[in-house]
Amino acid sequence: MISGLFLSGITIWLAGAMASLALWRKPVAARRTGCAAALAGSLLDLSASAFAIFSSSSTVIGLPFGNPVFSWAVRIDPLSAYFNVTLGVLAAAVSLYSFGYLREMEGRRNLGAFGFFFNLLLMSLALVFTASNVFFFLVAWEVMALSAFCLVSFEHEKEEARNAGVLFLVMSHAGSGLLLIAFLLLTSVSGSLDFSSFHLLASSLSPLQQGTVFLLFLFGFGVKAGLVPVHIWLPEAHPVAPSNVSALMSGIVIKTGVYGMARVFFDFYGAPPIWMGTVVLALGVVSALLGVLYALMEHDLKRLLAWHSIENIGIILMGFGAALMFRALGQPNLAALALIAGLYHTFNHATFKGLLFLGAGSVVHSTHTRNMEKMGGLIRLMPLTAICFLVGAVAISGLPPLNGFVSEWLTYQALLAGFGTTQSLTRLMFPIAGSLLALTAALAAACFVKAFAIPFLALPRSEQAADAKEATPSMIAGMAILAVGCVVAGLGATWLVRVFDPITQQTLGVSASSAMVTARGMALSPGTPHGGTISTVGMALLFLLAGAAFALPLAIRWGRRSVKGPAWDCGLPGLTADNEYTATAFSKPLRMIFSALYRPRREIQAEYEVSPYYPRAFRFESEIEPTFEKHLYEPLRQRIMAAATRMRAIQAGSINAYLAYIFITLILLLLFGVRG
Amino acid sequence: MERILESVIQLFLLLALAPLVTGVIRTLKARLQTRRGPGILQPYRNLYKLFRKGMVIPETASWIFSATPWIVFFGTILAGLMIPMVAADAPLGLVGGVLAVIYLLGLGRFFLALSGLDTGSSFGGLGSSREMTISALAEPAMMLAIFTVAIGAGSTGLTEIAGAAIGQTWRFLAPAQMFAFAALALVLIAETGRIPVDNPATHLELTMIHEAMILEYSGPYLALVEWAASIKQLVLMTLLINCFWPFGLQPTWFGFGALVGIGWLLAKLLFLSCAIVLLETVNAKMRLFRVPELLAVAFTLGSLALVSTFLF
Repeated sequence: MISGLFLSGITIWLAGAMASLALWRKPVAARRTGCAAALAGSLLDLSASAFAIFSSSSTVIGLPFGNPVFSWAVRIDPLSAYFNVTLGVLAAAVSLYSFGYLREMEGRRNLGAFGFFFNLLLMSLALVFTASNVFFFLVAWEVMALSAFCLVSFEHEKEEARNAGVLFLVMSHAGSGLLLIAFLLLTSVSGSLDFSSFHLLASSLSPLQQGTVFLLFLFGFGVKAGLVPVHIWLPEAHPVAPSNVSALMSGIVIKTGVYGMARVFFDFYGAPPIWMGTVVLALGVVSALLGVLYALMEHDLKRLLAWHSIENIGIILMGFGAALMFRALGQPNLAALALIAGLYHTFNHATFKGLLFLGAGSVVHSTHTRNMEKMGGLIRLMPLTAICFLVGAVAISGLPPLNGFVSEWLTYQALLAGFGTTQSLTRLMFPIAGSLLALTAALAAACFVKAFAIPFLALPRSEQAADAKEATPSMIAGMAILAVGCVVAGLGATWLVRVFDPITQQTLGVSASSAMVTARGMALSPGTPHGGTISTVGMALLFLLAGAAFALPLAIRWGRRSVKGPAWDCGLPGLTADNEYTATAFSKPLRMIFSALYRPRREIQAEYEVSPYYPRAFRFESEIEPTFEKHLYEPLRQRIMAAATRMRAIQAGSINAYLAYIFITLILLLLFGVRG
Repeated sequence: MERILESVIQLFLLLALAPLVTGVIRTLKARLQTRRGPGILQPYRNLYKLFRKGMVIPETASWIFSATPWIVFFGTILAGLMIPMVAADAPLGLVGGVLAVIYLLGLGRFFLALSGLDTGSSFGGLGSSREMTISALAEPAMMLAIFTVAIGAGSTGLTEIAGAAIGQTWRFLAPAQMFAFAALALVLIAETGRIPVDNPATHLELTMIHEAMILEYSGPYLALVEWAASIKQLVLMTLLINCFWPFGLQPTWFGFGALVGIGWLLAKLLFLSCAIVLLETVNAKMRLFRVPELLAVAFTLGSLALVSTFLF
């Protein structure tokens, strides 16, 4: 049953890809076919993986291709199924949204090609999460990278999109290179390409090899996940893609990196040395903090969201890092708590970030700009989009009772419990990480006040914003699914946490959920004795009760006594959009406080005719320094270019020289063969 | 059933005491500055007056503006029911602990900041921007102090934290607790918008933080927001005193003990109010960009608290 559903999902995606490519001359048919196949495939994949989680068994499916050495086989174990559920939910919502979103592109762009790559991306994602051997995994990984590249640079007439696509491709392949080395090292020990032969294998290596393999995997998968310092492609590539693709990229494509890390850290490794956990935790903290700090400085709505993906990957990795440390310290129950925190946040981030990107897509779709400073007042023109975006903003800020709060609370609990597990100074890591997580969450809230208020509230700041139209019903339906997902994953926390039992059982050998659910299934606790509890359901019920009992009747009564009038604005008449606070102004205090990081540069030029005291026009320019690009990647690029220039001498263009190279290589290989 | 009764009593205490604390602080401050002051009951009169008035809703505002007072008010009340006031047993301790309290207050702040920007007035935006900045910077220090307290109790549940405090009445003299107390006290000043971070009595819009955000509110909605602000102040003060000075905190709610508990609560609140008044009178408001330094001090104190938990 599981294999039947899964295979039909894959087949439908593949068929949808081919069909929409075949229909490329008929844009309407291509759009409908592509989106319908994507939707159907996602629903099948979702049901297959939901069954797989609840049956908590592994299903192995051999695909009828390949040969004995390079077999094409998938295995749906609880961890794979969990990531596939995430994929299914997000992909279903995004596919539904795409029906309406792509309509505007009909006749202007090749929707056949779009449908092809879109379905191919979904299929390869499902296969990345389930591939059961190195060869098949890397093939799926490459198909995913290439189809994502084609979708990112889909609007290829824009130079920005082309550059971002190339950067993505280069970084992605650098990452794949690291993965290939790591997998080859493991294969050379196990003698097999199958993932099941790697189970706990990495821990039997010598410490040096263990560390090397770990770092290769961490950065190889880290590139895809957007881990600082290998994140630089992410804020470039996610915003330039069409918004439905951005939602997939931020929601699930970067999660393939998270999946890879979870697979390696908790399946291939046994109890790791403690430094590994420390490294992951520290990188998580740095990613979370830098992600949100750079997000605060953005006024491009989609770039802002892209930076927040880096922040949230950081939060996920804080959970993973803590789990690794607990494993090293021999605390499987706490490790399960931390792993659950990280995995829970993975799903949550897929829902709210998918939702926010879809919301941003609707906004960009109808205002034709990504610049927040040109938006404003959209809550009146796009009320449903605004509500959905608000749900996403509250969820990503980690505010109760939505899902972001639950997973951040679990992360705090894991970090708090960590302090008592060891006597060494390492334990200081936990509270410091916790306090920086608090800073991250509070800065994220500040950032989403900006990201919601500037585009949606007050007066429109431009004509495009004043003429905005509400999104089409299918787009709203797509957003609504994810908004409901945020609410359900928040309120249903005590029910959802049971889903993790098969995963923790498989990876850590313990089930945590029965200890984590208390008060007749109403409250969540960290599972430690006397640990604190939260009940998101309780909070929501009390809010609803109070709202229905007091807020509604009183608001109606007071409404009769209220009048609409101009904003008081301290008695200054004539409020216009020019008076409004801007996104840049909103984040100015933080730009000044963190100026050591941002190194802001600004330039003001006044034009005047008679006297400098009466300027005619001002030109203001402000930017912050891209630290990593300038101090890490630019020197690296220069080195590579210099080395390439030197190597050009070998490639002189003379046939004789090339023949000589071939001859020399042949001799060397022969010598090597004879010796071996 | 008992839970409901406890919740109702605590709800009543929160609603009734909060304006009183504000009034006492204002009166004491006036006396210390050799003014007469409007009397400790003035906040009640203000609320009564505002609730009977009509409202002006700005034309530029959306439904966020009207929903915010309710979210802020209910969120603050809900947070208030999660803290131990009279007895160590918090009425809604099961619904959330200290983290939930902080995040519920954060939910209110999030919506207040949205409504500050909602009207389009630049003063509102200015207030929102400053409020979010300062609260974000206060957060790490607060979390370190809370971690210190929570590590002692092994829990983030406030019932457990207060219970652990009752067990060791004089624990607050330990270095870790003193540092954590100082850190949390500085955070409390920043969070409740008191001098030297913000001046609740200011009339100059450009120096406002909290007041600037709510500049456009009038009538009952203004009353809700101001009431919520004083409840938030009471909640944070109670949190501070009951986690660190557990004197008179009852193990359970019922019987004669509850009256003793309320008496002790009032006495401790009065003491803390006096301290706040003294601090507000001898200090001037800081420049906005000096506030991060104050919060950095709080963060350092929090770190010291953590380090001292295993040094002493």
